[in-house]
Amino acid sequence: MNEVIREFLLETHENLAQLDSDLIALEDDPTERETLARVFRTLHSIKGTAGFVGLAKLESVAHAAESLLSRLRAGDFRFNRAIATAMLGVVDAIRQILGSIESIGDEGTGDYHALIAKLERLRTAGGIDEVEPSGTVSSQSTVRAAAPKSNLSTISPPPAAKNLSTIGTPSQFVPKPAQSTVEPSKQVEVPVTEVAEPRASTVADSTIRVDVGLLDKLMNLVGEMVIARNQVMQYSSTLEDNAFVGTVQRLNLLTTELQVNVMKTRMQPIGNVWSKFPRIVRDMAIGCGKKVRYEMEGQETELDKTIIEAIRDPLTHMVRNAVDHGIEKPDIRARHGKPPEGKLHLHAFHEGGKVIIEIVDDGGGIDPQRVRSKAIASKLITVEESSRMTDRELINLVFLPGFSTTDKVTNFSGRGVGMDVVRTNIEKIGGTVEIDSRLGHGTQVKLKIPLTLAIIPALTITSGGDRYAIPQVNLVELLRLEGDQIENRIEQIHGFPVYRLRGNLMPIVYLNEQLRIDAPKHAPGEVNIVVLQADDRQFGLVVDAIHDTEEIVVKPLQKHLKGIDAFAGATIMGDGRVALILDVLSIAQGANVVSRTRGRALADKATVAVDETAVEMHSLLICTIEGGGRIAIPLAMVARLEEFPVYLVERAGSRRVVQYRGAILHLLDVAKELRKMQRRSEGASRRRKPPTDNAVTFGMGDVPTTHVVVYAGAGGQIGLVVERILDIVEDDVAIQSQANRPGVSFTAVVHGRVTEFLDVEELIAAAKLTAGSHTAKELA
Amino acid sequence: MTAQRQLCTFALADQYFGLDVLHVQEIIRFQDMTRVPLAHRDVTGLINLRGQIVTAIDLRRRLDLPDRLPGEQPVNIVVQTDDGAVSLLVDEIGDVLQLGELSYERPPDTLRGIARDMITGAYKLEQRLLLVLDLDALLGNIALPN
Repeated sequence: MNEVIREFLLETHENLAQLDSDLIALEDDPTERETLARVFRTLHSIKGTAGFVGLAKLESVAHAAESLLSRLRAGDFRFNRAIATAMLGVVDAIRQILGSIESIGDEGTGDYHALIAKLERLRTAGGIDEVEPSGTVSSQSTVRAAAPKSNLSTISPPPAAKNLSTIGTPSQFVPKPAQSTVEPSKQVEVPVTEVAEPRASTVADSTIRVDVGLLDKLMNLVGEMVIARNQVMQYSSTLEDNAFVGTVQRLNLLTTELQVNVMKTRMQPIGNVWSKFPRIVRDMAIGCGKKVRYEMEGQETELDKTIIEAIRDPLTHMVRNAVDHGIEKPDIRARHGKPPEGKLHLHAFHEGGKVIIEIVDDGGGIDPQRVRSKAIASKLITVEESSRMTDRELINLVFLPGFSTTDKVTNFSGRGVGMDVVRTNIEKIGGTVEIDSRLGHGTQVKLKIPLTLAIIPALTITSGGDRYAIPQVNLVELLRLEGDQIENRIEQIHGFPVYRLRGNLMPIVYLNEQLRIDAPKHAPGEVNIVVLQADDRQFGLVVDAIHDTEEIVVKPLQKHLKGIDAFAGATIMGDGRVALILDVLSIAQGANVVSRTRGRALADKATVAVDETAVEMHSLLICTIEGGGRIAIPLAMVARLEEFPVYLVERAGSRRVVQYRGAILHLLDVAKELRKMQRRSEGASRRRKPPTDNAVTFGMGDVPTTHVVVYAGAGGQIGLVVERILDIVEDDVAIQSQANRPGVSFTAVVHGRVTEFLDVEELIAAAKLTAGSHTAKELA
Repeated sequence: MTAQRQLCTFALADQYFGLDVLHVQEIIRFQDMTRVPLAHRDVTGLINLRGQIVTAIDLRRRLDLPDRLPGEQPVNIVVQTDDGAVSLLVDEIGDVLQLGELSYERPPDTLRGIARDMITGAYKLEQRLLLVLDLDALLGNIALPN
C-alpha cells in the first residue's frame, strides 16, 4: 500500500472516533461552536487528502458533508437530529470506504449518492429532510446511520462481532460439503463493510503513537540493563552453580533481544529527512537560475532517531551546497557538452553494519588548485605544505574551519562555516565524511553513519593500568609480538616506528605516549598491537593488554573533559568501573597518522599564525601605482597617508628621503621597486630595461606632490610612494590567482578590479632598507 | 530579619569552607576512580554514581592548596550543575550551618590569586572563619586540558 495512503488511513481512523463523539456532543448541545469547528476541520482535511490521493467517492461524500457544515458554521440554521443522523452516516460511509481501501485496495462498490443527496437536501432546506429519513437512507444497506435514533449503540459496530462469528462458522462448524455451498453465498451476502471492518481496525490498532521521550527513557533503561547484565555475566563466570549460570545465559539472550527491539522502535526511515529536500532544491534552483533534477534512492533505509536528527542539518547543508556551488547554470553546462538540467542524486544503503549516504551531483566539481590558493590565502596551510599534498588531500581542505571557495556570499551558502560543521557533526555521531570530486564532472560526498549511538560493540584494552574501550567499527585486526619479534618486526624509519603488515608499512603509535601516561611504551616481553582504521589509513596502536569485546553504552563526557579530543565518551564496564572510550580518529591525528591538515588542531594553529603576523586581510588600502596597476596594502600596517610636495624630497646617498615628524622617512617607489625585483628574478638573460623606466623617475617627474603611504613594518616606518590613493575597502578577499611577480603575495579581485596584494616586507628587504626611520634624537 | 543561608561545610588543608546547600545533591565516601589522561590537573577522575558518569574535581588543587598525603582519602560532595552532577573532592565533611547576614563579610582586597574569584566572602564564626565558595567559579575554566 502506498505510504501516503497508509498514513492517511491511520490518521483518519483516529479522527473518525473523535468525529463520532463530537457529533453526539453536538446533538446534545448544538451551540458548541468549538466542536462544530473541529468536526468541520476534520472533514475538510479528509476531503483534501482524499482529493489529493485520488479517492473520488470519499472526496464527494466529505465534500457534501463539509458544505452542510459550512452553513451550520455560518449560523444559517442549527444542528439537529436529522443532521446528526446524516453526519453519522457520513462517518460510517468514510469508515466503509477506508475499510475497502485497506482490504481490496480501492474504494469499493458502495453507492453513496443517496447519502450525498440527503446532505444536499439538508443543506438547502435548512436542516429539514423533507423525505422521510428512515425511508431513503435505510435503502442503502451500507449506511448504518439509517437507524433512526443516533445513539452510542449505533456507533459501536455490532456487525463486527457478528462478522467474526460468520467467518468463523464455515471452517469450524461446517464439515459437510453440502452446507458449505450455502455458506459461501452467505459470505458473499455479508456486505463489504463487514468484511472490511475487522481488518480496518488492523492498521489503526497495530500502530500507536508514543511519546519520543518515553522511547528515550526506554532506551536509557535498556542501556542500564545491558550494564547490569554485563555485571551479572562477569559475576557468574566466577561461579560453578550450573542453574545460576543457565539463568544468566537466558537473561543474556533476553537482554540482547530486548535491546534490539527497543532500538527498532527508534528507527526511522531516512526519507523523513529527505522529504523536504525536493522543495529546497526547487527553490534554490529557481533562486540561482539553474535546472536541477532531484533523485532519491533508498529512502526506506532506517536509522536511529537521534542519528536522523543529527544528520538533518549536515545533509541539508550538503544538498544546498550541491545546488548552489556544484551544479552549473544551464548555459555553462551546455558549453561543456552536458545536458542543461543538472542531476542531484541521493542514495542511502546499508554496508558493513553502517549506513552509507551518498550525495552525488554532476556539476562542475571542485578545483583542487583553487582550493589550494584559497587555503593558502586564508593561512590555513602554507605554500610548502600545499606542495606536498595530493589533489584528493587538497579537496579535503574544504573541511577546514573558515574555508569557502565561493567568491560571493549568496543567500544560500558561501559563508565559510559550512563543511567543517558538517564534518564535526557527522564525526560527533561516529560517522565519517569523504569527498571525491572530478573537475568538470561533479562531486560525490559519502557519509558513513553508524546505525545507532547508544550501544556499540567495543574492544576493551588496558594501557598504563587503566582500561579503555575502542569502538569496534575502527578495529581491523589484533597482533601480538613476543620476544625477538619485538626487535625484528618493529622497524624504525628515522626514529619513527613502523610495522610490516603483509608487505605494507604501517605506522606504529604507542597509546601510553599519546595519552602522556607515565609508563613504558609497551609492557615488557610482549607487544600488543591493535590495528585501527582512521579515515583511509591504517595504523597500529600499541597497548599494554587486550581484553575482549563487549557491548558498551556510550555516555557523553561532561564539559570539563570535552576539550580532550582523544576520548569519544565514557562507559561503565561490567565491574561497575568507568572506562574511557578512545576517539580513534583524534588519536590518529594526534600521532600525525592522518594528515595534519584537517580538524581543529590546524584551525587553532592558523588563527595563531594570523594573530602573530597581525595580517588583517579584510581592511585594505587600495592605491594605483605608476603604470596603472592597482595594489592593496593591509590597512593594519598603514600608519598614515601623506602628501609631500616634490621639493621636500631629499637625497641621502642613493636613497630618497623626507623629513617627517622629526625623523627621516625613507621613501620606496613601489612601481620602480617591483620592476627592479622582477628584472632581478628574471636574471641576466633579460637585462633590457623596460621602456617606462626612464620616462618617469621616482613617480613624481611631472606631479607637484608625492603620495606616500607610511607603512609601519617590523623594521620601522617606510614611505611607500604610490601614484594615487584610491580607497579603503572591506573585502572578503577572493583569490583569483597566485602572484606572477616577486614582491606580490597574490592577485585578487577587490571590488570588481584585479588588484595585486603587496608583500611589503619582501619589497623592503629587496630594497635593503633595514631600519626605516630614526628620530632626530636617536641620530643625534 | 536578615537573610539566612544554609551552607554545607567542609575542611580542606586546615581551612574551613562552605558551599550553598542548595547546590549539593549528596555526600558519598571515596570511590575508585578512572583516571583521565590529558585532562586538566584539577580533574581527578571519573566515578560511577549509580550508572551516571560523574567527573571528580579535587578542590585542593582547584584552590592551589598542597596535595593530600598518600593514603588520605577524600570525600565526594556531589553537586548539581547545568551539565549534570559533578563531584568535588574535599578532606572532611562538616555540618550544615544556618548563618545570618550579620556575620558575613566580603573578602579583603589583599586576597589574590586564583582564590580571589572562588571565595565570595567569609562568615565570622566564633572559633574561626568559614569561607564561602562560588560554585560557578569553582567549575569554570577547567574545560581545556593543560
